[in-house]
Amino acid sequence: MTNTMLDFLIVSIALLAIGIYGISVKRNAIRMLFAVEMIVNAANLNLVAFARFLPNSQGQTFALFSIAIAAAEVAVGLALIIVAYRMYKNVDIAEFRSLKG
Amino acid sequence: MADAVFLGLAIITIGSAIAALEVRSLIYGSIALMGTLGGIAGFFLLLDSPFVAMFQIAVYIGSIAVLILFTVMLVRRELIFIKIEDKRRRYAGIGLMLALMLGLGAIILSSGIKTITTDEPPVDFRKIGEDFLTYYWPALVLMGFILASSVIGALTLARREDLTNDQHNA
Repeated sequence: MTNTMLDFLIVSIALLAIGIYGISVKRNAIRMLFAVEMIVNAANLNLVAFARFLPNSQGQTFALFSIAIAAAEVAVGLALIIVAYRMYKNVDIAEFRSLKG
Repeated sequence: MADAVFLGLAIITIGSAIAALEVRSLIYGSIALMGTLGGIAGFFLLLDSPFVAMFQIAVYIGSIAVLILFTVMLVRRELIFIKIEDKRRRYAGIGLMLALMLGLGAIILSSGIKTITTDEPPVDFRKIGEDFLTYYWPALVLMGFILASSVIGALTLARREDLTNDQHNA
């Protein structure tokens, strides 16, 4: 294998950083969900990379669990966005004021 | 050292991740997100984990990305193209992103990880199936329950009560 573990970890760090940028800067709820997906994918890439380089099947098993849980999270997240959109006619999170203290 | 396939995949993944957040239209953004998820599936193939790669394609590109596309289409047209951002917050976000990249990169480079390579054969995916059905079976059952309850929860959340009342009255 020509690629080292460091290469995969660097891609993972870049994806994590972009995801955190998206979460902290964007105000569109759907774009924030994109950013969360990127962070989850960076974590999955780390799990599978460690599973490959320390030969072990558990990393892949956990990546599979993580992908399934992410699917559940997206379903609920999108339902929440649709409910909020119906209430406020907007997807800008600064407009969702009911829970604001 | 990384090979050409790896570099191509890295460019696709990172480039479409940036595009997903920065492209003006949310529809193109969600298509770019598909590119990121597909790139990650490609990395899984490079890591000799074809089962996880297929799972990633089936779940992420097949269902999550399509679900996001449909949700975007449910939103009003002008909201898809609107881009509201605070300039100062944006610069702070870029600073945070660079600090994270440099900080985590420095930590990883200073650890001994860069010397790790492997010549071992990849794990057979039959082993994963065995693991799922022997050691991890309670977690597998629990995951099924979580998925079912999240789908029911999503349906309950998105239900329109005014519509059902109208039908009931009519």
